[in-house]
Amino acid sequence: MKRARVAFGGAIHTATPCGDALRLADGRIVGETDVVWLPPVVPGKIFALGLNYADHARELAFKAPTEPLVFLKGPNTLLGHRGRTRRPADATYMHYECELAVVIGRTARNVTRADALDVVGGYTVANDYAIRDYLENYYRPNLKVKNRDGCTPLGPWLVDAADVPDPMALALRTSVNGTVTQQGTTRDMIFDVPGLVEYLSGLMTLTPGDLILTGTPEGLADVRPGDEVVTEIEGIGRLVNFITDDSEFNIAETAP
Amino acid sequence: MPAYGTVYGCLLNYRSALAALGDAVNAPPYQAPPKAPILYIKPPNTLNAPGAPIMLPRGVEAVEIGPALGLVIGRTACRLAEADALDHLAGYTVINDVTLPHASVYRPAIAQRCRDGFCPIGPVLPATADPAALTVRALINGDVRLEASTSGLIRPAARLLAEVTAFMTLEPGDVVHVGVPHGAPLARAGDRVAVEIAGLGRVENHIVEDEA
Repeated sequence: MKRARVAFGGAIHTATPCGDALRLADGRIVGETDVVWLPPVVPGKIFALGLNYADHARELAFKAPTEPLVFLKGPNTLLGHRGRTRRPADATYMHYECELAVVIGRTARNVTRADALDVVGGYTVANDYAIRDYLENYYRPNLKVKNRDGCTPLGPWLVDAADVPDPMALALRTSVNGTVTQQGTTRDMIFDVPGLVEYLSGLMTLTPGDLILTGTPEGLADVRPGDEVVTEIEGIGRLVNFITDDSEFNIAETAP
Repeated sequence: MPAYGTVYGCLLNYRSALAALGDAVNAPPYQAPPKAPILYIKPPNTLNAPGAPIMLPRGVEAVEIGPALGLVIGRTACRLAEADALDHLAGYTVINDVTLPHASVYRPAIAQRCRDGFCPIGPVLPATADPAALTVRALINGDVRLEASTSGLIRPAARLLAEVTAFMTLEPGDVVHVGVPHGAPLARAGDRVAVEIAGLGRVENHIVEDEA
């Protein structure tokens, strides 16, 4: 089963797919562009992984980590399907990151690898944008790179874990304005989903709604205002995002 | 303990803390002194009430007791100007940012900062005092082991809020703590620990072994 959270007609609804349209829980059938898509999960903790695909670590000239490189994000970063993400005028390199997002379904502490998938409630797609201009070497990747408003589109659907028999065999793909720029498979994760659940639940209590963004394969590219960026994971969803600029947010141009 | 939103901490925001890194800031892996505020999140599992136990993780002998002034947001705060940033506060709060000692601050310190119960936090208090003239202390078993003034902040409260909200919106109930001074003392199982801010209040807890 797949579910979305959407705003329509003055209220927030749970919606399910109905052909190319959506069926709201109250029975109404509405078009994909007639609703405002919200992140499909009201988030708890939002974990994200850096350098979790060997090819991507190579691309960034890093040795693959020996321990998961985990950072946390705040709820301000999340954005729904078909949302608009701002590229600041001073950025010279802003790239997408197509990621399988794991949604925790049950409270979990010290879960073993063998039992890890039992605490997963479902999966969705995340696009964990980064603006590399702001990278600094303190608690890297620092929050100015990774915790910006609206820089983590999520969705469209929350897909039940029962419908994803093997989360470690899913194709990922990003396209910019219709041209495929990133391709990979979750099989290439360095720390896989059971390993990440085991690691994080060994550090702290996980609770329903916690998200784990599991990292991205190679194939980064700069995106510009006006671009349509589609991050897609086989069987999970196709997440659309649009890049926009400072003027839409009434941010004045700074003097050169 | 009130229901807080997201709690952010700020690393190396006391001159004493940055000075302790010394010339290391110009060497690998850091390469340059920090430019933007260095933030981290104390997630909801870390929030802990005054009086409650702080549990040592298995295999850990001591934790740092980090007194911090928390700025509690009262009104949605986006791209604030420094001049009116403090008008967006609901108040101050007293925070104990409990941390496992870690010398390198190159990678995010999730394992060191995000353990269950590692963020004792008090009530929201009126923000009437000057946030640049507060004395913060850490006490172990009643002895003052660290005392510092918020006058030593690199980014005072209003400037910190302005720089942070330049890229992330804070909502009512969110908290930004201004940082921990250099020299957070270590506490071990059986110790009574407290953090206090003069004129504001005190948050006391005790350290226990992991029962597992």
